[in-house]
Amino acid sequence: MINDRSRDIGPFVPADDDDMLICRCEEVTKGEIRRAVHEGMWTITEIRRYLRAGMGLCQGQTCSRLVKGIVAKELGVSPAELEPATSRVPMRPIEMRIFANEIKEGEEV
Amino acid sequence: MKNIAETVVIGGGIIGCGISYYLAKKGVSVICLEGSDFIGNGGSSRNGGGVRQSGRDPRELPFVMYGIKNYWPTLSEELEVDCEYHQDGNLRLGKNEKHKKILEGLTERAVKVGLDVRMIDGDEVRRINPYLSDEVTCASWCPTDGHANPLTTTLGYYKSARRLGVRFITGEKAVELKKMKGKLRKVICESGNVYEGETIVLAAGYESRKIAETIGIDIPMQKILLEALVTEAEPHMFDQMLGTAEADFYGHQTKHGSFVFGGSSGYEGFTEIYETPFSYSKTAPCVCRGIIKYFPNLLNAKIVRTWAGWMDQCLDGVPVLGNVEEVPGLVLACGFSGHGFGIAPGAASQIAELITEGKTAVDLSALHYDRFKAKI
Repeated sequence: MINDRSRDIGPFVPADDDDMLICRCEEVTKGEIRRAVHEGMWTITEIRRYLRAGMGLCQGQTCSRLVKGIVAKELGVSPAELEPATSRVPMRPIEMRIFANEIKEGEEV
Repeated sequence: MKNIAETVVIGGGIIGCGISYYLAKKGVSVICLEGSDFIGNGGSSRNGGGVRQSGRDPRELPFVMYGIKNYWPTLSEELEVDCEYHQDGNLRLGKNEKHKKILEGLTERAVKVGLDVRMIDGDEVRRINPYLSDEVTCASWCPTDGHANPLTTTLGYYKSARRLGVRFITGEKAVELKKMKGKLRKVICESGNVYEGETIVLAAGYESRKIAETIGIDIPMQKILLEALVTEAEPHMFDQMLGTAEADFYGHQTKHGSFVFGGSSGYEGFTEIYETPFSYSKTAPCVCRGIIKYFPNLLNAKIVRTWAGWMDQCLDGVPVLGNVEEVPGLVLACGFSGHGFGIAPGAASQIAELITEGKTAVDLSALHYDRFKAKI
């Protein structure tokens, strides 16, 4: 989708709930996310790379919907227009010794 | 809005964003076109974060050294983003005589071009990094190497360039270059939109070859999969950048506490190619097995994600930078061969200088596109 990043989305207006934690794993607030949108981070992928929102232990399984809603509102678009960030292997955090084990199933390294 | 600027940059990775930034700083009007939907979506967000001089080719080394001297130490302040730059050295580790020979060869080559690198033994390695296992018997040590955060640095260049008035358009895929009156002028996109500039910079990573071919320039490069894994945050252990003689893994601990380790499985170049880069199932386990031998205390560190990306691998492993005589108006900045992150400030600032002043502080000639010759 063609996205001209110089389109005017209006100024950043501080709000009372800007201190609210949105990404609990990485402790990213609503205000930080809103501000990042005004600095040019218009996609969930960029927000994630810029602020680490959704990059912690749960990999965004808790906050991704909230982040999407905040970014969409700031941009003045529908949340449906924003693509979610890529889900990555593994589904749950796995210890290195377990991950390393795929050639000796069931054994300790 | 008019689709005309003094310079049109194709590619919104760290190279394209960096060039856009340094041009805008000099007052040049810039349009930057990114084919994907995201800024920095190629190698710029998919690399190990090394800001490394040791082990680099003597032809590209001056650009890295220039960047480390002039840009990296102050980049966070300049871009108003935490680039997490650390200059705490690079250890390239070895475990046997064969490794030692490889490292000695690399060290000798680097010393010749004036880099402070030396061989050290296992005990000295463990004085620098006490977490390394006794299996490590030697290393090359370059104290001025380091690492940084590729995500924030790339987006920092984007943010700062955008603030200076650069017009970024994502999802706008350049597919053809066109001359007017013998000079390159137009960039035609898949959407049908046309952009015009006095100078066109091609910094589209692995997509550059296809685009350059439309104007009769062939850059011998192809994409190769690179993979990495990321652990959960661990207590702080060390600040050096690490690699190994056999290149089975490399990486560092980030400011966040997580470890980012890149590595290979031996299947590189022969994994299936999909439209987007996918982590190959054999790689992360293989890299884990490698890491555990060097860092036994990471046995229980949890992997939270893995990722994959393509490098724009050039035939001779160094980038193609500079003007193209046959196509006036075209400037190439591609083929960084997996070294694009650390070299980015040096290379991008020099390309901006080439465009605005017609000359550069660092000599570009060894990286000229016409260096490629058939073997007979």
